[in-house]
Amino acid sequence: MQKIGVFVCWCGSNIAATVDVQAVSDALAKEPGVVFSTNYQYMCSQAGQDMIQEKIKEYGLNGVVVCSCSPRMHEATFRKTCEKAGLNAYMVEIANIREQCSWIHKDKETGTEKAIILGRAAIAKVHLNAPLTAGTSPVIKRALVIGGGIAGIQTALDIAEAGFPVDIVEKKPTIGGKMTQIDKTFPTLDCAACILTPKMVDAAQNENINIISYAEVESVKGFVGNFHVTIRKKARFVDESKCTGCGLCTEKCPQKKVPNEFNLGLDNRRAIYIPFAQAVPKVAAIDPNYCTMLKTGKCGVCSKVCTAGAIDYTQKDELLEREYGAIVAATGFEPISMEKFDEFAYSQSPDVVTSLEFERLMNAAGPTGGTLLRPSDGTHPHTLVFVQCVGSRCDGGEKGKPYCSKICCMYTAKHAMLTREKYPDTDVYVFYIDVRTPGKNFDEFYRRAVEDYGVHYVKGMVGKVVPENGKLKVQASDLLGGQQLHIDADMVVLAAAIEPDQTARPLATMLTASMDTNDFFTEAHPKLRPVESPTAGVFLSGVCQGPKDIPETVAQAGAAAAKVIGLLAKDQLTCNPCVANSNELMCNGCSACEKVCPYGAITYIDKDFRGPNRTTLRRRVAQVNPAVCQGCGACTVACPSGAMDLKGFSNAQIMAEVDAICK
Amino acid sequence: MQERVKARAIELLESGVRVLGWKAGEFFYDVTPAVFTSREEIEKEFVFGPFCGANMSKYLIAESRKEGRVGVFLKPCDTYSFQQLQKEHRIWRENVYAVGVQCEGMCDIEAIRSAGIKGILGVDGDGSTLTVHTLYGDKTIARKDALAERCACCKSKKMLGCDELLGEQGEELDSARFDQVEKLEAMTPDERFAFWRKELSRCIRCNACRNVCPACSCEKCVFDNPNSGVENKAAANSFEENLFHIIRAFHVAGRCTDCGECSRVCPQHIPLHLLNRKFIKDINELYGGYQAGADMETRPPLTNFQMDDPEPSVVHERGSEQ
Repeated sequence: MQKIGVFVCWCGSNIAATVDVQAVSDALAKEPGVVFSTNYQYMCSQAGQDMIQEKIKEYGLNGVVVCSCSPRMHEATFRKTCEKAGLNAYMVEIANIREQCSWIHKDKETGTEKAIILGRAAIAKVHLNAPLTAGTSPVIKRALVIGGGIAGIQTALDIAEAGFPVDIVEKKPTIGGKMTQIDKTFPTLDCAACILTPKMVDAAQNENINIISYAEVESVKGFVGNFHVTIRKKARFVDESKCTGCGLCTEKCPQKKVPNEFNLGLDNRRAIYIPFAQAVPKVAAIDPNYCTMLKTGKCGVCSKVCTAGAIDYTQKDELLEREYGAIVAATGFEPISMEKFDEFAYSQSPDVVTSLEFERLMNAAGPTGGTLLRPSDGTHPHTLVFVQCVGSRCDGGEKGKPYCSKICCMYTAKHAMLTREKYPDTDVYVFYIDVRTPGKNFDEFYRRAVEDYGVHYVKGMVGKVVPENGKLKVQASDLLGGQQLHIDADMVVLAAAIEPDQTARPLATMLTASMDTNDFFTEAHPKLRPVESPTAGVFLSGVCQGPKDIPETVAQAGAAAAKVIGLLAKDQLTCNPCVANSNELMCNGCSACEKVCPYGAITYIDKDFRGPNRTTLRRRVAQVNPAVCQGCGACTVACPSGAMDLKGFSNAQIMAEVDAICK
Repeated sequence: MQERVKARAIELLESGVRVLGWKAGEFFYDVTPAVFTSREEIEKEFVFGPFCGANMSKYLIAESRKEGRVGVFLKPCDTYSFQQLQKEHRIWRENVYAVGVQCEGMCDIEAIRSAGIKGILGVDGDGSTLTVHTLYGDKTIARKDALAERCACCKSKKMLGCDELLGEQGEELDSARFDQVEKLEAMTPDERFAFWRKELSRCIRCNACRNVCPACSCEKCVFDNPNSGVENKAAANSFEENLFHIIRAFHVAGRCTDCGECSRVCPQHIPLHLLNRKFIKDINELYGGYQAGADMETRPPLTNFQMDDPEPSVVHERGSEQ
């Protein structure tokens, strides 16, 4: 029989307001095996922890139940407390009577009843607990950054700066991400390329950074400190080690009609291309969907003009196997499709553009060489209408996104301001729901657009855009003026909502990292651990975690790097002792556990067992490698005979909890 | 076919292997699996007729581990269990010589009785018409009217993974085996609950279903293991006793080949195979068609993960529709 101590926490009024803590500690005192039960205002305080240690010694407790907040919050705290008093850390159980009880109940009677039941379950479990000892596992001192935008580049640079090798995997032929497509950056209006490209070059030249471009992560196995990653390096049909980036091939390629994704399809590129002048690595790639040679076997112009002999039409996708201690997701975003917003006539008129397309139309390296011209007829637009929140802050979420995309207010102010500055003969309208400009020098920037540059800010939404006789008839409401507006515009610019990149969801699955309903990665704690995923060893950088602008992205990228450095600086990590083990006497050798194990921790051996009448039976049985097992428990559910069990969470313990709850 | 199988059994035995086959029981319809080790035994007791429903695969788990080789006769549906058990590394294939025997469907004595034939002494015949010997002289019955339910909606006449075949190789059939499941699905939850309570209330916990099931061949069954936590689900009260069948159905889900042995051996005539068929139907609908034992490679959907697997919420919502 265990000697169990029960410690009920008030959590100030967090628990005590909806749970009668005295009644809980009194009721639990009567449970079998409980020799001491009390309640206290803040169990996690120094005084509370001292009390637990004192009572362990006084009563010779060999099991402790703390009824408090979620184990995610303070399980580690109380385990340490008990360990210091000489009790094995795994003889401590937490009954969550805050998140799962006091916070969700209004009625004190119900809350108290439930708290007692939860406490009883924890006591039932602790009866079956056994002391566990944690082992250690080594840390591979190399990091992987997935995504080579500004977030990924910054994280990689900071990790490399601390002396650890880091690989950047980028799915496009060049790193740089969305920032390369942006013209100017708010609120200081410096040119995006001017501040980004030096960082790209730094990354390429840093001896600790290895850029794997035109590649995607194919599978992730392993766990914190020991990830095993397969990377698919897509065939670019150009030998990276030979190509000098001279660009001759991209001028001579006869296939001229390929939509240029860098300019969002506003102009064309060739089938062999370098995405833009400052690309890193500056190596050409052949687009197999358009290359005549790859499709029909007839052409080969690029190969003839290439003086370096870098063209290789036979190149195949290559699978790289790499090992890492930490992984950073920096997968970024895409503007949402305008398909469902046809009231703005995006599909009907080329003069209705998204804000990112507008960036390209304003950019000196863009399709118009930086002169703002209408895509339809190449004329200079005089009246421009900017529509904010297209797809952001949509109720119901069927058409758009429920969240605020955060960056649109500022970039729309930037677009309006730049347009008015370059072309003072224009009339610029901005339709908004609210203008949100929190951030250093942000509101001043917006005020400048209104006050110094005379941009017409109108509170209200555009209802309809109709292309008519080369004009765009814009119908909108002015909520402050209480009137309908009809504007004949030359161009309409839609501030499209942003969403996580499409590759984020499959990546999250591979990483077993959690995501919210909008496919943004979830943080380990929204306030206190904002750059860590709940999955150990996986960190978050940039917009993949939530909408943010460049300064915030860079700050978060640095924070993620700091967490990675903290991990890689360790030589050993303490393992979780709550791992699976197989009862060989019951194991059928069926391999069900091996198949579901995401960590490859289970192997099989043929083993001789003693049979009846001095015979020997050879059987195939499962073995768990405790250093690799992460204690996820998938095997215990897959095992048909119940031979697999999890230490610290055994089937018997869970059954005991359920029985205690149902009693 | 009876003669061909018997002749082959003797040949196999004489080539030095033990023979696993069907042996006449106390009644002509009560045919039992048996291992034959002598020519006399085979000549006297070996049968292959309209009541040889028993699936031999399960016995190979023990037999294949013994010294020497064992020859076995497998009907098409038995070969699915045979392959499934190999997939689970339970049968030592190198010690087995498997002979596939084509099958025209096995009979259910109850079906013949309910056709109004009385005083039955024996049933004979290959082909579509059977001769029934009775106290009142010989009668005939169409095989299709005498078939067991599982054979009337046979899923496949294909023999898999055998060393040799007796009779023509068959094809997978377009079977109506889920019709009864659909009827159950169409019931309200209360009706369905009442149906199963009524059926399962007859259970006497003889364990015949478990003991005959090829998928139920754990080294130690959870129901025999006092530490499993479900072992007490056997006898606490009649409702908990019902859970035995539900837990068993969960344990074999994704591995059950729908051989139907559970219902065949049930002395209380509980349609246990419907529980398994419901799972098979659900697996097919949620994860795409899957037949346990149909091949050696495909991973069972329940112990596999694919990116397009339905989210648990989909399964949940679907459940509430019914």
